[in-house]
Amino acid sequence: MLNRFATLFAAALLCAVTLFFTAGTAAAIDVRAAVLRVDYQVQRPISRFDEAPEDLGFAGAALADQDNNSTGSFMGHTYETIQKSAAPDAADAALDEILADGIRLIVIHAREEDVLRLADRAAEEGALVFNARAGDMAMRNEDCRANLLHTATSYAQQADAIAQFAIWKKWPRWVLISGSNPADMALADAYRRAATKFGAQIVEERTFEDTGGARRTDSGHVLVQRQLPTFMQDLPEHDVVITADETDYFAAYLTYHLWDPRPVMGSSGLRPVQMHGGHEAYGATQLQTRFEKLAGRYIKDADYNVWIALRAVGEAVTRAQTAEPDGVKDYLLSDQFELAGFKGQEVTFRDWNGQMRQQVMLYDDRVTVSVSPQEGFLHQNAVQDTLGLDRPESACTAFSN
Amino acid sequence: MKLKALLLTSALALAAGPALAGKAFVTNERGNTITVIDTETWEVTDEFFAGNRPRGITASPDGTKIYVCASDDNLVRVFDSETYEELPSLPSGPDPELFIIEPSGKRLYIANEDDNLVTVTDTESRTVLAEVPVGVEPEGMGMSPDAKWVVNTSETTNMAHFISTEDYEIKHNILVDQRPRYAQYTADGTRLFVTSEIGGTVSVMDIAEDGTPTLVQKITFEVPNVQPEWLQPVGAKVTSDGTRLFVALGPSNRVAVVDAQSLEVLDYILVGQRVWQLDFTPDEKYLLTTNGNSNDITVIDVAKEEAVRSIQVGDQPWGVVTIE
Repeated sequence: MLNRFATLFAAALLCAVTLFFTAGTAAAIDVRAAVLRVDYQVQRPISRFDEAPEDLGFAGAALADQDNNSTGSFMGHTYETIQKSAAPDAADAALDEILADGIRLIVIHAREEDVLRLADRAAEEGALVFNARAGDMAMRNEDCRANLLHTATSYAQQADAIAQFAIWKKWPRWVLISGSNPADMALADAYRRAATKFGAQIVEERTFEDTGGARRTDSGHVLVQRQLPTFMQDLPEHDVVITADETDYFAAYLTYHLWDPRPVMGSSGLRPVQMHGGHEAYGATQLQTRFEKLAGRYIKDADYNVWIALRAVGEAVTRAQTAEPDGVKDYLLSDQFELAGFKGQEVTFRDWNGQMRQQVMLYDDRVTVSVSPQEGFLHQNAVQDTLGLDRPESACTAFSN
Repeated sequence: MKLKALLLTSALALAAGPALAGKAFVTNERGNTITVIDTETWEVTDEFFAGNRPRGITASPDGTKIYVCASDDNLVRVFDSETYEELPSLPSGPDPELFIIEPSGKRLYIANEDDNLVTVTDTESRTVLAEVPVGVEPEGMGMSPDAKWVVNTSETTNMAHFISTEDYEIKHNILVDQRPRYAQYTADGTRLFVTSEIGGTVSVMDIAEDGTPTLVQKITFEVPNVQPEWLQPVGAKVTSDGTRLFVALGPSNRVAVVDAQSLEVLDYILVGQRVWQLDFTPDEKYLLTTNGNSNDITVIDVAKEEAVRSIQVGDQPWGVVTIE
């Protein structure tokens, strides 16, 4: 008798619990997303600390699934993210597989030309794409796509973050040393633009030619130490050296091999990053420990960019109760959306080109030296819009609504 | 008659006298110390080692013991509030940040920021009674005045979890804005306020007699010439008569004064830099704020709703508790 009563009671309790969840939430949603990472044939990095881990970006996706599922478990939503990597010539087929699987929310970690081509293919199936790597300006400006949002910072955001810090320090006279590859030159353009925007002067520019060759030699640093200072000789008076080396072949060597002793910023010395494993302010310690428990290594920009793209999707599902690409995009671009990104202020998206507004960490490879926007750089709408392409300068028309 | 009134007044004054000679204890997160302040003279009287990265701080209901979340030591340190002698520590689970003590003083409910748990610790036997799985990055801890409910806020899950103190089960979850930091019931238990640091709001819930919460409104803040992203609600306290809610607004260096009935924001009081947590003196005449970036506390006159003084404390003050 007692037993039966207990069973009845348990059944009633179960009913009550079910009722609560039904009352508290709308229908259950199973959210499926994908990360597509294009792996290029590149030279080894200058430093073996910068070797790309096998799970680059994917670990960010796994953490996002874990975080999203925690809220989801209380809301009746589940999250699953497929991970795919492909060589450039296999990327289209990999995307087709993802689309054939019915997935319409896709994070892409690739170079600009591949992101644009893949985003256009995804658009045919109505999919929403997040760019988690490319910093190029055209894809955010005249070549922008209506179904393409960017969690990676643009070159302009990165350069403006450095420029604000240099100006705050009253170091307005810059020497700009850029690489000779197209990506290096694109980054150098962003620093020229930043100098004009914030009132710095580039007193001289030099190009460090990429002559190829192996990264690692048994002869080591001896020649570097002799050759680089002479390359940096006879410069006009300057406060700081800015390096634009997206390829990663010279900047890291330059920091201590100058002629005049000056701080170095840009691609070496003080670098603009989205997140790094040493960052602890704004509650980021918890992000770090969760990530490290999962991945067994420190977080990198790619992981952060993938993570925050999928967290943004999760936020849209939680608040707007939809996982449809259009519904997610509308919510993310609306003024309803905001997300905590462990950077001290909410991250949001610019509704004129789909770029995520975010703080930029200035990192010396050990600690967070500063976070831009810097104090005193004001904006009529959002201080984060002092970094990167602002609405009045935008040539993007795909977002005009 | 006149004499009697006079006697009564002096008797009241005498009775009020000892109550004024209270103390405030401030945790200095970076300095690893607690600063002790006499709340009558507002002098700093002592500073003692509090453990590594002390954050949340509270007192036993009888005021004899001070409990401190020593976040980097992964335990709750306990100090005698008279002698500042350290007493045996309490197990807290990893990375304790904030906690709340029940009115009987028996159980402590601790948010383990790094482990998605609320740990329930018995303060007498110094044992863990339960671990309640909650959302990601649990932080704020509130308790209903009848002690039947503990509310935990989780910063990444963005929810307030309502835990029954009878069986330690979560019975309700309410979605709030980004990075909820603090949960505060009114003294009559009919309302709950939850602050959201990144969302910039305070979620207001009506609490039914059986404890069921209903989200009714969100309070927003606006200060001329202050960027809205700096208005980051963190600590909050409500007067026991339920008329005023004070909300610490972090890097905007202000405390908002809210009519706790109409939910209208009445005023903003300028305090020190990066204001974190708040506590009233036991007589509720003063509200103390910890200002993490200016290494001081601000004393607010509650009736006048004005800042009346600031007091230098240790390195990066975080939490504050007062006793009589």
